[in-house]
Amino acid sequence: MTAAVVSASRVTTLGKASGLGLGVAMIWFSLLVLIPLAAVIVTASQGGWTAFWNTITNEQTAAAIRLTVTHAFLVTAVNVVMGTLIAWVLVRDQFKGQRILEVLIDIPFALPTIVAGLVLLSLYGPNSPIGVDVANTPRAVTLAFLFVTLPFVVRTVQPVLAELDPEVEEAAASLGASRFTTFRRIVLPSLIPAIAAGAALSFARAVSEYGSLVLLSGNLPFQTEVTSVRILSSIENDNVEAAAAVASVLLLISFSVIVLIDVLQRFLVKRD
Amino acid sequence: MTEATTFHPDPGRRARLSTRRRRPITYVFRVIVAVYLFFLVAWPVSLVVKNTFTDGLTDLRGILEDPDIVHALRLTVGVAVVAVVLNTVFGVGISLLLVRYEFPGRRLLSALIDVPLSVSPIVVGLSLVLVYGGRDGWFGPQLEDWGIQVIFAPLGILLATTFVALPLVIREVVPVLEEIGIEQEQAAHSLGASAVQTFRRITLPSIKWGVIYGVVLSLARSLGEFGAVKVVSGNILGDTRTATLVVEEKYLNFDKGGAYATAFLLALVSVACIVVVSFIRPKEGPR
Repeated sequence: MTAAVVSASRVTTLGKASGLGLGVAMIWFSLLVLIPLAAVIVTASQGGWTAFWNTITNEQTAAAIRLTVTHAFLVTAVNVVMGTLIAWVLVRDQFKGQRILEVLIDIPFALPTIVAGLVLLSLYGPNSPIGVDVANTPRAVTLAFLFVTLPFVVRTVQPVLAELDPEVEEAAASLGASRFTTFRRIVLPSLIPAIAAGAALSFARAVSEYGSLVLLSGNLPFQTEVTSVRILSSIENDNVEAAAAVASVLLLISFSVIVLIDVLQRFLVKRD
Repeated sequence: MTEATTFHPDPGRRARLSTRRRRPITYVFRVIVAVYLFFLVAWPVSLVVKNTFTDGLTDLRGILEDPDIVHALRLTVGVAVVAVVLNTVFGVGISLLLVRYEFPGRRLLSALIDVPLSVSPIVVGLSLVLVYGGRDGWFGPQLEDWGIQVIFAPLGILLATTFVALPLVIREVVPVLEEIGIEQEQAAHSLGASAVQTFRRITLPSIKWGVIYGVVLSLARSLGEFGAVKVVSGNILGDTRTATLVVEEKYLNFDKGGAYATAFLLALVSVACIVVVSFIRPKEGPR
């Protein structure tokens, strides 16, 4: 996907039919996504800055945001290491059953989140066959986040790793570089943009997670209650202003992540 | 995930890699990865099968004979199918516009398309309630005057489901369109083919696998949506309760057998989707 291919394939300005198509698509996209998200921001700002600030610094809400962000960081750090390692094993190693690993990695992406919570609960809950019970503790949040964010770093690093030319590494090795030095000096620098993009996706997914926690974490205030649960209880208490205020904090995090990915991808294209 | 379908592997590379002598560290890595995935994914997911069939087929039969559950399953499948159709038509159209045309705001649109992937499902639900809520939404009261109820009705479930799965087809089709270029389309055009003919005979066959891949992913995502649906559906038994909401409700009401059986059906479909995708992928992509 080089810049040359992209620019060569885009030659046409909009005609009558394509202009109409763009119009219809934009109306649909606005009604479905843009106007509703704008409504969240508008509703959050209706009470003014003080009301907004009081809502998000409410003791329980602040605790929920802190818990969510800390765990999202922690889990993303684990994913950076494990995701890169998994991608490495899938690309550079060859053994029977690799295909099963490929399927396992995609399962968290396709499995309904409520089912994800239920399956984790059956191994790590009160009736655990291995005697590990993390239900209703902060470890449950860690576990659920690890499960739902598993595919992101693996799937962004994998194609980049597969495209790296092993000859450069072989050359480094033949010049006497140790395996670790080769990895650190040759492989890692090329992987860093992909790892960062995967980490950003994994972080964004973790901060917005809801479904897998419902059955698993018990939603205990100050202990296992995450931001999404906090927003939902505001909605259920008919306090949409408070819900919108906390939601816009989450939206802000999501948007920063998207901008970050965009910057990283431009950086990648330039390097090509 | 987007890049996965876009690169061509060097056929000699695998051979070169496999002739290199394996070192002990390779086996250590392999074992770490296998153990991690076993404890995080394989074992927990397999327990859902075990727990569903502890009493033989009783639990599964129980939910399939309950008219309210059957209604929930039907609703889920119906909504998912309509959402997938909408997202496929819209997705292919937007992909063509993004890749083949130049217009102001193209970059911005391309970035905004990905937004639904990183918005919390609860926020998705909230945003729809704020606009389409019957009591004090922006458009809701007007729509209700016209007899259209969105929130706490199937239409709201459909909007929520379409919202969360929106980027999936586009993310698969855009890289393929960029890869195939426009030479063939231009050739067809210069030989007198109409835009529709060019699309049907040239463009569609080349993006076919990307579209199918996107459709399968969207289907899995649509069947399994939970948080956004919970906010907008009202969760009315036998009316707007979907399959994922049944799982929660059954579990919280101590009907674990029913919860596992419903979860099993959902897991079965999503794992089937993933397996189908992993068989489609080799034809297009890396392995």
